[in-house]
Amino acid sequence: MSAKTLYDKLWDDHVVLTEDDGTSLIYIDRQLIHEVTSPQAFEGLRLANRKPWRIDCNLAVADHNVPTTERSVGITDPVAKLQVETLDKNCAEFGITEFDMGDIRQGIVHVMGPEQGATLPGMTVVCGDSHTSTHGASGALAFGIGTSEVEHALATQCLTQKKSKNFLIKVNGSVGKGVTAKDIVLAIIGEIGTAGGTGYAIEFAGEAIAALSMEGRMTVCNMAIEAGARTGLIAVDDTTLDYYRGRPYAPKGDHWLIAERAWQKLHSDDEAVFDKTLELDASTIKPQVTWGTSPEMVVSIDDTVPNPLDEFDAVKQQSMQNALKYMGLTAEQPISSIQIDKVFIGSCTNSRIEDLRAAAAIVEGKQRAENVSLAMVVAGSGLVKQQAESEGLDKIFIAAGFEWREPGCSMCLAMNADKLEAGERCASTSNRNFEGRQGYGGRTHLVSPEMAAAAGIVGHFVDVREWN
Amino acid sequence: MKAFTKITTKVMPLDRANVDTDAIIPKQFLKSIRRAGFGPYLFDEWRYQDMGEPEMDCTNRPLKTEFVLNNADYQGAEILLTRENFGCGSSREHAPWALEDYGFRAIIAPSFADIFYNNCFKNGILPIVLSAEQVDSLFKQVTAGYQLSIDLEQQSITPEKGEVLNFSIDETRKYRLYNGLDDIALTLLQSDAIKAYEVERQERAPWLFA
Ligand code: SF4
Repeated sequence: MSAKTLYDKLWDDHVVLTEDDGTSLIYIDRQLIHEVTSPQAFEGLRLANRKPWRIDCNLAVADHNVPTTERSVGITDPVAKLQVETLDKNCAEFGITEFDMGDIRQGIVHVMGPEQGATLPGMTVVCGDSHTSTHGASGALAFGIGTSEVEHALATQCLTQKKSKNFLIKVNGSVGKGVTAKDIVLAIIGEIGTAGGTGYAIEFAGEAIAALSMEGRMTVCNMAIEAGARTGLIAVDDTTLDYYRGRPYAPKGDHWLIAERAWQKLHSDDEAVFDKTLELDASTIKPQVTWGTSPEMVVSIDDTVPNPLDEFDAVKQQSMQNALKYMGLTAEQPISSIQIDKVFIGSCTNSRIEDLRAAAAIVEGKQRAENVSLAMVVAGSGLVKQQAESEGLDKIFIAAGFEWREPGCSMCLAMNADKLEAGERCASTSNRNFEGRQGYGGRTHLVSPEMAAAAGIVGHFVDVREWN
Repeated sequence: MKAFTKITTKVMPLDRANVDTDAIIPKQFLKSIRRAGFGPYLFDEWRYQDMGEPEMDCTNRPLKTEFVLNNADYQGAEILLTRENFGCGSSREHAPWALEDYGFRAIIAPSFADIFYNNCFKNGILPIVLSAEQVDSLFKQVTAGYQLSIDLEQQSITPEKGEVLNFSIDETRKYRLYNGLDDIALTLLQSDAIKAYEVERQERAPWLFA
């Protein structure tokens, strides 16, 4: 038998059948559903008089539109309210389990899934959301899909797919103090660009990846899509198994033992061949800050904003110029001179307990800078929030002048009331710095939780490696 | 789904790389629970001077006149010509819904983001990949009134003058788009294979069926 990559193994395990041109029907083990990309799928089922193939494979939660302020008030925006109510109604009608807004397990779909053990190693996981790549951190084949495919997976438990190519990214050695999973993945995107992974499933490996906690691995795989890859993957090891043992939806008893044995094979074989490989030295990675309107527009904290005139490619030069104009920055200005107006700590990239602990450690005993009008911390789920509160993190944030909010996507995409005003600049732990992403005319700089927290205290970007 | 066979139409040149789905259809419009009606909000932030809201009447909104969609020369174009990595970012199918609702039937670019590319086929839109040089030369040719013909069966793009360009596409995708077939109905024809897979998989991974 020939050597296989982790992606090959997961793929082969789920092929129902393959057409002559290589298009395959792939079996889906878990579908996560949220309010924004599902209403039209349920409507499609109804119109065609179809039923879900396997109801128990689906799990729903409202996250994108939910308010992060006091829950008892409900949703005030009538359009958002209708969408969340539509999800409730659809789940009730089709018999799908949903964690509604009042449920402690409610949270961002990509935080909730692993936390519940609803997404497990070896599974195929889909969701009508591009950051489904997050779940690949556990050695699952996970990818985002459109609404037509949400409907397709509901109706058939399968998707029509062509196999991607294999891309290995090895991060060798270890990162220095103050350098996080977020910095690793931003540095990778800076290296390969936002289309660098298009058509590939990226497997992240190497000592620096193996050394990460599950939370850190999820941060890395979460942003695989920002490098163009629908799928990010990390091999199963003891960290993975320890994380999933005892989770509510994880297998129990004998089933756990069988599963554990199967999952231990979820790694690329030594001899496996990749279509593309990139190696990075972790010790050279510094805290990262994006300066533009695409995640690939990223530099280290001790750098300056790049000069478009140094770029020879005309299309790239133009997009750099557009980005500088939109971001209100000048070429060659030091990153540390950029003053911010708001801080957002949250999103499916960085809203897990470890992220909140790291940010709290930075702000403890300090005060939010005067020029920072709002600093918000939004836990990824009700359970993360509860855990953080049991550790007293909420008190640390509040004492430092940071707001402590209810879980959801919040200002990551600003579909609810949390948004930037035009021209406002934000240090954000989210994953996209596109124009208008966090509010019309808003300016986003992507950073790690530590970097965002520190910027909130000082009022501009600072190097957390020198923090004390 | 609408079938795609052959079109001859004007071309809209959108000279930007990495156009993301947030730009194609901004998030506030994602609150809709419908599938239609997104066309007026396509590229909303680039197209209008004010900020768009769902359900808004767009007829009297102030336009950003320099944006190509507002250029009288290209009105009625059903082909969008653009640069690399078109449709990156969010998986929102509202992006192809908006493009289709506006009237685009085909998009030509050097590369597309994977999820977006896939979503196009579910909505009767043909995404065509050409080399960066070919795209560049099309950009140089497009002027007011410039037309192209696209023939899916032949996998060809024919300009009014100059040479015919060919493109490649998966057989399965081509067949489904050309005939406007319903993916779900096709998959359900394979129900027996899916059930057989489930039986076999349950033996290997019983915890998934507990
Ligand atoms: S937190 Fe942001 S990126 Fe993640 S699912 Fe929500 S909106 Fe999408």
